Order: sequence, then C-alpha cells, then structure tokens
Amino acid sequence: MLGTDIQKPPKGKWHTPPFDPRFPNQNQTRNCYQNFLDYHRCLKRMNRRGKSTQPCEYYFRVYHSLCPISWVQRWNQQIKEGTFAGKI
Amino acid sequence: MAYPLQLGFQDATSPVMEELLHFHDHTLMIIFLISSLVLYIIMLMLTSKLVHTNMMNVQEMEMIWTILPAIILILIALPSLHTLYMMDEINNPLLTIKTMGHQWFWSYEYTDYEDLAFDSYMITTDSLKFGELRLLEVDNRMVLPTDLPVRVLVSSEDVLHSWAVPSLGLKTDAIPGRLNQVTLTSMRPGLFYGQCSEICGANHSFMPIVLELVPLKYFENWSASLAQ
Ligand SMILES: [Cu+2]
Repeated sequence: MLGTDIQKPPKGKWHTPPFDPRFPNQNQTRNCYQNFLDYHRCLKRMNRRGKSTQPCEYYFRVYHSLCPISWVQRWNQQIKEGTFAGKI
Repeated sequence: MAYPLQLGFQDATSPVMEELLHFHDHTLMIIFLISSLVLYIIMLMLTSKLVHTNMMNVQEMEMIWTILPAIILILIALPSLHTLYMMDEINNPLLTIKTMGHQWFWSYEYTDYEDLAFDSYMITTDSLKFGELRLLEVDNRMVLPTDLPVRVLVSSEDVLHSWAVPSLGLKTDAIPGRLNQVTLTSMRPGLFYGQCSEICGANHSFMPIVLELVPLKYFENWSASLAQ
C-alpha cells in the first residue's frame, strides 16, 4: 500500500538530485524528508484522481538518493503500521 | 597520506584543501612576523638602558598600535571568509553517496542508480598484507570517480562520529537523525586515508576511512560489477 513495496528505482535516464534552493545549507535532513513526504502525497493524490503515478517518480528518485536506507525502511514500516508522524 | 614525524599538512588533493593550505601558510607567516617583532622588542628593552619611564599621552603611538593590529586582523579575516564561503558553495553534484557511522565501522550507500550498500571494517593488524598500513586499511573501500563534484551525505546510526579525510580537506560530523552534506572533488586518483574524528566509544581508533579515487570509467566498471 502507498507504494512502500516499490524498492527498486525505476528505469530511465536519471541524474543525482540537483541543488534545491529550498535547502541551501549543509543540513539536508529536511530535503530527504520533504521529498519522501512529497512522494507519498503525490501517490495519494494521483491514485484518488485515478491518474498515472508516473510523475511521482521524480520524488521517489530524489528521496531514494538522499535518504539513508535505514531511514526509508523505518518510515515505510511506520506507514504500514499507521504510526508515521508525517501528514500524507 | 601522513608519514612518521610529519609536521605539516598532507598534500592537497582537492581545490578546497589547496585553499586551506594557502590560508594556513598566510596566517602562519603573519604569526611569525609578529612573534619575531615582539621577540626583537623584548630583547631591545632588556639590553638597553634607554627606558622611557615618564612617557604619557603619546597619541601617535596609540594610534599606530591600535590601527596596525586592526589591519592585521582584517588581513587574516578576509582570506578566511573567502575560504569559508568557497567550501560552502554547492556545485551541482553528479553523484550522491551516503556514509553512515556505526559503532565501530563506516557503511556506504550508493543509491543513485542501483541499490548498492556495504560496510567498511578495519583490517586487524594480524591480517595485514605486506606494505599495508596498520590501523588504516579497510576491507571495502569507498570508491569514487575523480574530477567531478560528489555530494557526500554524512549521518550516523548510533552515536556521534566524524567523517574526515585530511588530504581532501573534509571533516563532517556524523550525527544521528541528521544528514550533513559536503562536496568532494578530487584532482587526482589514488588512495586517501582518514579516521573517525569524534570520540565515539571503545573502538573509535579502529574505524578508518579509505577513499579509492579512480577515473570515471573505472568507477563505472566497479559499480557495475557490484550491482548485479
Ligand atoms: Cu566513530
């Protein structure tokens, strides 16, 4: 559910996440978290409207590149259990 | 890398380290000048019988010894700020690597193109091969391409660590729950050694960092060989 099962990055041309003016500092914690949230929000929206979730792939790739594997695992676990703190 | 009885820094491998070395030499020269001047004046005062004990209200002298130190401080501050902001600059990186500190080893994650993650443990002294460096070699090196900006995200899974590679001018705290970003650019291939630089527990001294910088082509071969 909510795309937590997708663990492999999708195929296609891809660059590492570019500089994001929202996060110009050394601390990139928010950059990772925000993109993780955006991915799940995007999925939810697209699914509700019955549209393709393909545009959400961008967020997936960004958070997949930025977030440590252990964090993503923990958050996915929390989403499954319904204890995730973020607003999706 | 460092050699026995080394006094100065390691040779610079990145533009940032080059800049830091310049700043260090620049500041050291100023310190040498001041120290020799002070030493010279002390000697002069100790050996001379001409002492001005009744000197008062010499405004010119007051002016000089106020303004001169101010100018010297500015001469140190300007290049310092220049280097500081240069280090902070984020060029669009071409690769993102995550490095996580653990008690007591580092692990590296290459998740841009495929899921590639491995741990990097120190090789114990009794299993070293001839010519390898004691307390510095690891079983899995962090392999990176040369000549292009790499984004390194440093964090920790347990306690504070610090990810440091002196010849690249890098030292970033690994803090649990926080991602610290640092840009790494190397000007030449080679092996670069570093150590955990934040006291993190019993085996703090035994979690070295080894970077293996290779041309892009070799890096691609390496990551492709690990990915499948
Ligand atoms: Cu440590």
